[in-house]
Amino acid sequence: MTGVAERLQGKRICIVAGSGGVGKTTASAALALGLAASGKRVAVVTIDPARRLADSLGLEELGNEPRQVERALLESHGVQLHEGGELWAMMLDPKATFDDLVTSLAPDDTTREDVLDNRIYAQLSSAIAGSQEFTAVAKLYDLDRDGGFDAIVLDTPPSRNALDFLDAPDRISDFFDSKALKLFAVPTSIATKIMSRGTSVVFAILKRLTGVDLLDDVSVLFRSLGGLIDGFRERAAAVKALLGDPATTFLIVTSPEREPVAEAIFFRGKLREARMPFGGLIVNRAAILDEGEHDDPKAVRTQLGERLGGPLAAKVAAGFADLQRLAARDAESIARLKAELDEPEPIVVPRLDGDVQDIEGLLALYRHLSAS
Amino acid sequence: MGAPAAGHLGWGAIASLLSRRLVVVMGKGGVGKTTVSAALGLVAARAGKRTIVAEVARRGDVASAFDRDDAEPFAETEIAPGLFHISIDPQDALDEYLRDQLPSGPVAQILIRSRVFGLIAAATPGMRELLTVGKLWELALLDRRTPGADAYDLVVVDAPATGHGVALLSAPRTFAAAAGAGPVARQGTIIDATLSDPKQTAVVAVAKAEELAVTETGALREALRASMNLALERVVANALDADRFSAREAKLLEPHAEHPAVARALRGHQSALRQRTQLTRLRKLTGQAPARLSLHPGGPDLERLADELESQLDVRA
Repeated sequence: MTGVAERLQGKRICIVAGSGGVGKTTASAALALGLAASGKRVAVVTIDPARRLADSLGLEELGNEPRQVERALLESHGVQLHEGGELWAMMLDPKATFDDLVTSLAPDDTTREDVLDNRIYAQLSSAIAGSQEFTAVAKLYDLDRDGGFDAIVLDTPPSRNALDFLDAPDRISDFFDSKALKLFAVPTSIATKIMSRGTSVVFAILKRLTGVDLLDDVSVLFRSLGGLIDGFRERAAAVKALLGDPATTFLIVTSPEREPVAEAIFFRGKLREARMPFGGLIVNRAAILDEGEHDDPKAVRTQLGERLGGPLAAKVAAGFADLQRLAARDAESIARLKAELDEPEPIVVPRLDGDVQDIEGLLALYRHLSAS
Repeated sequence: MGAPAAGHLGWGAIASLLSRRLVVVMGKGGVGKTTVSAALGLVAARAGKRTIVAEVARRGDVASAFDRDDAEPFAETEIAPGLFHISIDPQDALDEYLRDQLPSGPVAQILIRSRVFGLIAAATPGMRELLTVGKLWELALLDRRTPGADAYDLVVVDAPATGHGVALLSAPRTFAAAAGAGPVARQGTIIDATLSDPKQTAVVAVAKAEELAVTETGALREALRASMNLALERVVANALDADRFSAREAKLLEPHAEHPAVARALRGHQSALRQRTQLTRLRKLTGQAPARLSLHPGGPDLERLADELESQLDVRA
């Protein structure tokens, strides 16, 4: 079977997707660690406030720029980096990334300040649906262009709607192409004069309803953003191209539970529709039976009865029966995933004993990711 | 003897929970909020309450937990006797609100269709959350504003993951404070009065017995207290592995570890010990004993989970 490293051969960008709570952040970190060990200069970008991950990597905290994990620290935990191997980690700050983007695209200082100081701007990142996702890919684009990394692993936002992620560049383009923005951006056009009456009615009603007078803020913001339209549009196009680049791939992570499985299937469908590359499926925390664990629990109870006494043997057998039921359910989930995702060989990671929370744990997880 | 049976006392605890207008189920992603919300809804429906489970910005997971994938997610749909479901869409909520607030139909229509309005409404700080929470509040009204809609006895909210969940609950308060005047600010104050009234609203936190989920539950308790002055009414520890063996039994098992079933039993015991540690942390961080729901090896069985919730929520110790 094919391990994760083989699947990522020739890939520079690996986007790890899946629903919340399935171990995406840990899988991303393990993957990055493994790639670094094999001699690559790797950055892992996470969105979760992964406090413990930062701790375990010996970083005070993760910031919006990548920080390098000390080679000595990795070595002290038994990780030997091949020549050239480096591990970098960062935590995405959507607001800071958006600010950086505005700063780099603003034609002059006044425009930049008008945008950054605007009352509405602070809310803009949540207002344009999918902008957290957009900042994630925008950051990815910057790192890919300027970071000199051999590989970047992106742990995606805990968004339930995978679509937001894939659509993010289009949504941003749409927003900057929207009539609303143009209306304010080009205040002298005749069209504006005609439409502005309708617009001020809208503002008047909004003000009446909400008690918030947004007209000035919105018009100033939109007018300033007007200067950024071309830059944003170009950037959105570049980011979109990056998502579809042959060197980019998506890994889907799921647990064998019902909802994450449904989410994984849904996301695979969206990837297909958007013609985005699918690099493979990781089924995390599956109950897997080893050889010799298929015996009938009743027989086990009889076997152990003499040695352990009836009541204790019964308890052991009950636990064994539960394990088999769990494994059967997980096998069913895996079969369903194989069929629906058109993925004959998913990488299956067994339920590990205890939480993965240190470098040794990440290394153990990486071994499972590679060994499948 | 004169002392009432424990079950009696307990039924008081569960009845008290179900006597609210809104029960908001919160917790970290992946801990099983949807399953617990559905099971809680079932408990309420069994108690004869006309109940609706409202999901926030999802795609009908509650319905599919009841094997009702056919249900229209964004409409109020009966998925079991006396138990309804809806998925809340902020856009729908905005349309509804405008229709409700602007009596003249055509004006509302124009506004609803206006992209500018949608954009500006979306850009208004806290508006999205306010609209969502406003719909939850509307569902909980005894005298519904939706024309022809019947009242519910209880609304169970399957809230988004911790941080977003708190932002959602505190949106009316934040908005009212920011806006100062106007109908929406007034409405925000009214909605907040319901949400921050412990007689009308209860928050149930769901956690797994894992370090991160427990830590986040502690943070949730603090955030709720700070932003809403609300306490966690109950804490539910979900998907617990069976804790089968005493220390003495584990000792007896050790010499037989070569047997695969015994080896698994010993590993299971270790995992149960870790789980106990996390449950202790959970109790300390939340100041209460969590209700315990077991992991169902064949996948969650809602009827059984509802049974477990009934008996577990009874015990307050």
